[in-house]
Amino acid sequence: MINRISSALDFQGQALMLRAERQRVLAGNIANSDTPGFQARDFDFASALREATGTQQSKLGPPVTSDLLQRDLRGGSYQPRLNYAVPSQTSKDGNTVDLERERGTFAENAMHLEATLRFLNGTVRTLTDAMKSHTQG
Amino acid sequence: MSMTRIFDISGSAVSAQSQRLNVVASNLANIDTVAGPDGKAYKARNVVFQTVLQDQGRGGRAAETNAGVTVSTITESNKLGRTVHDPKHPNADAEGNVTYSNVDAVEEMVNMISASRSYQNNIEVMNTARSLLLKTLQLGQG
Repeated sequence: MINRISSALDFQGQALMLRAERQRVLAGNIANSDTPGFQARDFDFASALREATGTQQSKLGPPVTSDLLQRDLRGGSYQPRLNYAVPSQTSKDGNTVDLERERGTFAENAMHLEATLRFLNGTVRTLTDAMKSHTQG
Repeated sequence: MSMTRIFDISGSAVSAQSQRLNVVASNLANIDTVAGPDGKAYKARNVVFQTVLQDQGRGGRAAETNAGVTVSTITESNKLGRTVHDPKHPNADAEGNVTYSNVDAVEEMVNMISASRSYQNNIEVMNTARSLLLKTLQLGQG
């Protein structure tokens, strides 16, 4: 039973962690927009999430703690593979950060992160509503 | 939570950019300087940025994503300074020429605008991260 509750939150939790991870990578790109020779990094969110949650489904039997939590307790949480951004305009100092693109991706990722938080909040509200007895209203 | 590292990353960039602004300010202030403490004309300075991979977080997170910035060195421009023929000047050489600093005002102004834009960008990133973290703290409260 408790496994069902945690698995409902697991997927969104994993998505939230990956969104935070991506936010961090993009912040690094923006921070290094003036550094000579810096190459912009990013990862594909969809495939990273598929990879991060795919291993979870293949596990048989009810885990005591969620897979996500176990992985975090072991200290080796899922790391998405980082790719190099294709430079839209080359610059002479070897920097491949496209500031406009990074800002756009950053804003988009922030919005998605907020949406994930909202979904999580919704799941939590549904669960707490279900846990309340009929006398509590 | 990996998002708290954003403050380290953007913070390092903000401090690097403010150092750049500092250098621009001292260049512009010394634009008409004839002699520095060593008796030679002032030379325009320039910062060199370098990516710094900040220390690994808990559980051996890949350090390559923690890409902060630092000012590695400050270089001095080797351009020839502006010379003005003024034999009455106390710093005039044997031919009566005075060498002023080699600061290019236009270059410095462009540098200043670029530095202030980058500074603003990183502050914006920090503000976004801050509001997202605040929302994460309120997770499950309603």
